[in-house]
Amino acid sequence: MINNRKRILKKKIKIVNTTIRDVTCPFCGLLCDDLVIENKEEELKILKNGCSKAIMGFEKQAPENSPKVASNEVTLEDAIDKIFQILKKSQTPLISGLGTDVAGMRSVMNLADKTGAVLDHMHGDALTRNNLVLQDLGWIMTTMSEIKNRADLIIFAGTNATKYPRFYERVIWNKHSMFSRQKNKLKLIYIGEKLNTKLGINSNGEKPNILNCKTEQIGEIISSLHALITGATIDVNEVAGIKTKKLEVLATQMKSAKYGVIIWSPADLDIPHAELTIQSFCEVVKYLTRITRFAGFSLGGDDASTTSNNVCAWQSGYPLRINFNKGFPDYSPHHYSTHNVLKNKEVDSLMWISSFSTTVKPPRASIPSIVLAKPDIKLNFKPDVFIPVATPGVDHTGQLFRTDNVVSLPLKKVRKSLYPSVDYILNEIIKRY
Amino acid sequence: MKLLNGIRNYMYIKLKNGIVYDPVHGINGEKRDIYIRDGLITRKPPSNVRINKTYDMKDKIIMSGAIDIHTHIGGGKVNIARMMLPEDHEKDLISKTPLTRSGCGNAAPSTITTGYRYAEMGYTACFEPAMLPANARQAHMEMADTPIVDKGAYAMLGSDDFLLRMLAKKNDQAAISDYVGWIINATQALGIKVVNPGGINAFKFNQRKLELDELNKHYGVSPRDILKALTRAVTELGIPHPLHVHGCNLGVPGNLKTTLDTIHAVEGMRMHLTHIQFHSYGLEGDRKFSSGAAEIAEAVNKNPNISIDVGQILFGQTVTTSGDSMLQYAGHWHAHPKKWVIMDIECDAGCGVIPFKYRDESFVNALQWCIGLEIFLLIDDPWRVFLTTDHPNGAPFTSYPHLIRLLMDRSFRNDILSTINKDAATHSVLSTIDREYSLYDIATMTRAAPAKSLGLKNRGHLGSGAVADITVYNNNKNKEKMFSKPEYVFKDGELVVHKGKIIKVKNGVTHTLRPEFDKSIEKTLGSYFKKYQTVSLENFKIDDDEIVEHGNGKIVVQPCM
Repeated sequence: MINNRKRILKKKIKIVNTTIRDVTCPFCGLLCDDLVIENKEEELKILKNGCSKAIMGFEKQAPENSPKVASNEVTLEDAIDKIFQILKKSQTPLISGLGTDVAGMRSVMNLADKTGAVLDHMHGDALTRNNLVLQDLGWIMTTMSEIKNRADLIIFAGTNATKYPRFYERVIWNKHSMFSRQKNKLKLIYIGEKLNTKLGINSNGEKPNILNCKTEQIGEIISSLHALITGATIDVNEVAGIKTKKLEVLATQMKSAKYGVIIWSPADLDIPHAELTIQSFCEVVKYLTRITRFAGFSLGGDDASTTSNNVCAWQSGYPLRINFNKGFPDYSPHHYSTHNVLKNKEVDSLMWISSFSTTVKPPRASIPSIVLAKPDIKLNFKPDVFIPVATPGVDHTGQLFRTDNVVSLPLKKVRKSLYPSVDYILNEIIKRY
Repeated sequence: MKLLNGIRNYMYIKLKNGIVYDPVHGINGEKRDIYIRDGLITRKPPSNVRINKTYDMKDKIIMSGAIDIHTHIGGGKVNIARMMLPEDHEKDLISKTPLTRSGCGNAAPSTITTGYRYAEMGYTACFEPAMLPANARQAHMEMADTPIVDKGAYAMLGSDDFLLRMLAKKNDQAAISDYVGWIINATQALGIKVVNPGGINAFKFNQRKLELDELNKHYGVSPRDILKALTRAVTELGIPHPLHVHGCNLGVPGNLKTTLDTIHAVEGMRMHLTHIQFHSYGLEGDRKFSSGAAEIAEAVNKNPNISIDVGQILFGQTVTTSGDSMLQYAGHWHAHPKKWVIMDIECDAGCGVIPFKYRDESFVNALQWCIGLEIFLLIDDPWRVFLTTDHPNGAPFTSYPHLIRLLMDRSFRNDILSTINKDAATHSVLSTIDREYSLYDIATMTRAAPAKSLGLKNRGHLGSGAVADITVYNNNKNKEKMFSKPEYVFKDGELVVHKGKIIKVKNGVTHTLRPEFDKSIEKTLGSYFKKYQTVSLENFKIDDDEIVEHGNGKIVVQPCM
């Protein structure tokens, strides 16, 4: 199969070996943009600054695949026609997954408006946990370059950030920092359960401060710290298994930090009402800002979740999850989850979009299903239409938002692709209306 | 333009017998015909030329399309406001039509609705004043998704660590100007803005206020140093729009003195003071809060190097979105509803988003309302005063027609004055001011003057060669009604609005500048980015393709002076 692909590509284009610099990696929310990639006869090799996710994303050669309608190979044109027929018949489509770039998401918004669709992202639960906090009380947040240069105390709350392979290299143990931040004086604290804290050991071998507790208890610990910081006393010897004395020491450290940061990953806080836990982080940050500088930082943004949330917000006014069925955007993040609208049979067709990864699978539903996904996705059902799609940042140019919702980066095309982009497919559907 | 047998066959439109206001050409309400040829205004063609379409504009008022020089329409802080305030949108949901997309309006409208509503009010260009370089790509994405109107943005500098390091090291001005020139090119900006000069940076070092001559405790640099360096850079680079200054101490009672000192700090160089209403507060009276409008207006009248926009507040619920994280934090206690966001951003800047309700029964809010109007009415030269509410900070832009009526109609103004907080009304000289703006004044402050200030030579007027961005109003004694619903709006010569409703959707352009600078600055910047930033220098720059892709418009490079 791979040889076949090479043969096709060779026929179409002149193969040159090239080295591409400043490549943005689209495979996690950090969007490292310092990769050096070699393209040798359309096979990619990361020469510099790769991580396990980047290697998987850039170097793995996917087997060839082609558009299918009910498992039969068809032309792209025919597949798009079939999608159009399905959507035309559908009262309320669900467009979910949303693993696409800014251009793709712009077209998702246009198509959803036209078809009266419900929109959700494959990491919609994580997005919603944060969105609810923003809408309830707000927050004080920071970005990667600020952490790298300013942070002198960092609390990892319910996450160890290891899903983001270069996080420590880039903003925790970074070589250079503007404000004489001394690496070995950087205080790291971990709160939560089963956290791998090895990466938090500094070059002197000093271990971070670890507060072991269940994920459900992190909010309790943070709220107790908040109480201690305000000057209140706690009349018990321990909170969630942590000695009050230990919390008192930590509270004092937090107050005397010059620039403290609480880092969480909403996906890792997979507990009911995680928004209340996140809110406890944001409220202690706000209180500490009366005295010193403190900020929150949310780790996420995988599969373009921050991208789709942002594009959705500027084009409709609302973050995800919304429903265009009434002709205007209707925001209801609990109601319009993929799980919920499928379970309650509120949608009558499904379009799943996933152009960066294959880990989250489209839900199996007894309604007409359209899957626009990476060629190597393994499905446990036969969708009505399947189109293998190109990956932004590998197969075509594009733009993505980083985890901090502030920085967005350009994506490069580093190889030729056999596959159409999500944006192209959606525009072809829109043209048919 | 079609070519038929080699002969140019232009598309001509004639607007017949309108009453024209065109301050650039001194035309003050004269009956004229206007000709449009392929999107541009042109002289009267020879009589044998076929006019493809004629509009009878008898008794109608014709002005060029309006230009908003300061409106927060795109970028991270606006999107935070949108995400934070679902309750803001619920009151103003907009359904799709066969022609237009759905969305929402109010204080934090969706980009698409923003474009429609500006066009429906006769505006054809809007400028985002606070584009953080680190967030410039997003600002351009949002502006690209704002249909019909032309766009552009001012890059925000002054709290970025790179500039402060240069100032602390006493780098020469040439290097600073090169950096500013690089920023304008890299971020596709049309001008430079400074917000609470150095204050956003000082807040990151836990300073809570910063006076004009107070030092940043890490860098030892004062706001005055920053203002001087940036005004010089803007002048040396030949950037048409003067440095766009959101001064120190926004909203702080007594900041009048800081503002007057700021005017003197630039030593005669051109400077634009934005939303000056928020910087014109005295300390008199029992409540230690009074109007400084008279002193500010006097200083502006005396210093022809200064232009201002007002940042008028109007009563009601809105949201304040600002780069000024230091003073937004200070103001968060007044958030309504009680939620707010502050961000530190990329060793570049910051932002603060605080919802706020201006209440006419509140002494402070009512006096703010008076102060804004006093400033409008006490500054003599409409070429140096621009009409803004600092959307959405003072009020949403959709309230402009109401504001125009307040300026043009003294009895209407006094009627409202009689309903607001009594103490505030008696503390203001507003009731004693007889001045009413004329249509010519309005055409100056909303068209001719902003175009001139921004260096847009073929916008803001109706002379031959101008882009045919034209607004036609039905004359109405009630100026709010008149300015709310133009009869016709033409964008690039195409009719886009009729009777206040969109009839055609198209995309405006993005105005940028390409000032020259010494490229060797990239060496210093390259090493700074590598060491301290988290994106590469190359990826920081915004390519033309990123703005024009997806068919969302094109880039127009305006000439430097």
